[in-house]
Amino acid sequence: MLTLPAFEWLRPANLDDALAHLANHAAESLVVAGGTDAVPNLKHRLHEPRWIVHLGRLDELRFVRESEGALSIGPLVTLSAIARHEGIRRDFPSLARAASLVASPQIRNMGTLGGNLCLDTRCTYYNQTYFWRDALGFCLKKDGVRCHVVPQGRRCVAAHSSDVSPVLISLDASVDISNARGSRTVPVDEFFVGDGVHNNVLVPGELVTRVTIPAASRGLRAAYQKLRPRAAIDFPMLSVAFAARVSDGGCEHARLVVSALGAKPRRIGGLDALVKGRPLDDALGEALAEAAYRQCRPLTNVAYDDAYRHEMVPVFVRRAVREAGGIA
Amino acid sequence: MLCRLRVNGETRDCAVVPHTTLLEALRYALGLTGSKQGCDKGDCGACTVVIDGESALSCISIALACEGRDIVTIEGLARNGIPHPLQDALDVTGGAQCGFCTPGILMSAWALLERNPRPSRDEIALALSGNLCRCTGYTKIIDAVELAASQSAERP
Ligand SMILES: Cc1cc2nc3c(=O)[nH]c(=O)nc-3n(C[C@H](O)[C@H](O)[C@H](O)COP(=O)(O)OP(=O)(O)OC[C@H]3O[C@@H](n4cnc5c(N)ncnc54)[C@H](O)[C@@H]3O)c2cc1C
Ligand code: SF4
Ligand code: FES
Ligand code: FES
Repeated sequence: MLTLPAFEWLRPANLDDALAHLANHAAESLVVAGGTDAVPNLKHRLHEPRWIVHLGRLDELRFVRESEGALSIGPLVTLSAIARHEGIRRDFPSLARAASLVASPQIRNMGTLGGNLCLDTRCTYYNQTYFWRDALGFCLKKDGVRCHVVPQGRRCVAAHSSDVSPVLISLDASVDISNARGSRTVPVDEFFVGDGVHNNVLVPGELVTRVTIPAASRGLRAAYQKLRPRAAIDFPMLSVAFAARVSDGGCEHARLVVSALGAKPRRIGGLDALVKGRPLDDALGEALAEAAYRQCRPLTNVAYDDAYRHEMVPVFVRRAVREAGGIA
Repeated sequence: MLCRLRVNGETRDCAVVPHTTLLEALRYALGLTGSKQGCDKGDCGACTVVIDGESALSCISIALACEGRDIVTIEGLARNGIPHPLQDALDVTGGAQCGFCTPGILMSAWALLERNPRPSRDEIALALSGNLCRCTGYTKIIDAVELAASQSAERP
C-alpha cells in the first residue's frame, strides 16, 4: 500500500480560476491533469504540495482543431484520443504512434498531452519510495545535495522520458503557455532545458494551454522508434523521432531527435549539410546513425546499461529512417 | 469531504479525506473489494476499473476527481446474479489461477468488448497489455476473451 500525502483539494471550474489561484500559490501547488505521473510521484513523496489543483473541469483545454493547415491540440486531450484521432493518424502519424506507445492502455486513457510534455524527469535514484531514498541517502533532485549518477556533478541528469515530446520537436511544434498576466508561445525545441530537477521553461504559475503543429509540417516523412524492456507499460530507455521534407530532388531538410538519455531531448546537429539532396535510403540512415552515435552520451540514470543504450542509438536511428522512407 | 461517486449505476456517497485514491474509496469506504490493490502505483493493472467507458487505473486516480463520472467495477459485471459471459469464459478456459489479476483483466476485456464486440487476437492482447498476470502466461486469458466474444456474437 502506498498512501498519498495530505493535501487540500482544488478543482477550478475554468482556466481563469486556475490561473488566479496559481498567481498567489504556485509554489505550494501541484497541477494535476491525468495524474498518471503526479500521483505515483506524490505517493513517493517526490512532491509535497499544500494544494492539488486538478484540471479535470477545464473543458476549454480539451480540443483538437485545424485552422489554416495548422493543427492545435489542447493539453487535456488524452493520449488515447490522440492515438485514435483520424486526422492526426493521417497527417501526423509519428505523433499518433508515439502516443500509442506510451505506458499501457489504461494510462493512455487517463494521461494527457500536457502531462506528457511536462512529465517529471526519471532516475533510478529518484523514482523510489521515501524509505528507499532515505536508506541510500537523498539526492540533489529531492531532499539531498549530491547526485548518485555523477557524484562530482552539480547538475541533475535524470532522464527526460516523454514519448511525445521528441516527435513534437521533430515536427517543429510550439506550445502556448499562460499565467494570470498573459501568454507566450515557445517552440517545443526550446521548451526543455538541460536540468533534471526542473527540465522545462515553465515558471511557477504557468500552464500549458495549447500545442500547435504548423501547416508547414504537413507532408513530412516522419517516424518514431522507442526502445523499452517490454512492449507495454515501460518508459522508453531510448527514443528516436525523425522527420524530413523530401521532394523529387531528395531531402531538403530533416530533424532527428534522440531522447530518454539525458534531461532534455537531444536534437542532432549538423543535419542539413548531411541530408541535402540525398534520397531517404539506407545510406542516409547510416550517415545519420553515425552522427547520432557521436553526439549522444547515455548515463546510468535509469536502470538499464548505458553502453547498451549507446549502441542502440544507431540501430534505432536506422529503423526510424527506414520507417520514414517507407523501406520495408 | 463528501465524495459522491456513480458506481455500477448507483449513486454512492462516502466521506473521504482529499488524499484518497479511487481504489481506496471503492475498497475501504464503499466495501467494493473486488478491485485489487497490487503495486498501488500504476504498474500492474490489478486495480483496473472502467470510467466513462474507458479502462483506467483506480490506484492512481484521486477519488474526488472521479465525481460526476460513470464508474464500473468488477462488481458491476454480473447481472441479476448471472455472471457475465467473460467471467464464464475465464472459468472454461482456465484463464484464472490465483485470481489476483482477474478483476482487472475482466475490466480491460469488458471495456474492449463494449467498444469492439469482435476483436482480433492482437486487439485483445493489446487491450490487456496493461494487466500483468504472474500465473497463467496470458494465452488462456486471450482464449477466454475470444470465446466470450464469439458467444456474444451468436446470441440474438
Ligand atoms: C507505469 C507507468 C508507465 C509510464 N510509461 C510512460 C511511457 O512509456 N512514456 C511516457 O511518455 N510516459 C509514461 N508514463 C508517464 C505518464 O503516464 C505520461 O507521461 C502521461 O502522459 C502524463 O500525463 P498526465 O496527464 O497523467 O500527467 P499528470 O500526472 O497529471 O502531470 C504530469 C506533470 O505535468 C504537469 N502538468 C500537467 N498538465 C499541465 C499543464 N496543462 N500545464 C502545466 N503543467 C502541467 C503536472 O503538474 C505534473 O508535474 C508512465 C506512467 C506510469 C505510471
Ligand atoms: S540524476 Fe542525480 S540528482 Fe538527478 S535524480 Fe538521479 S541521482 Fe538524483
Ligand atoms: S494496483 Fe493499480 S496498477 Fe497496480
Ligand atoms: S491468475 Fe494469478 S496473477 Fe493472474
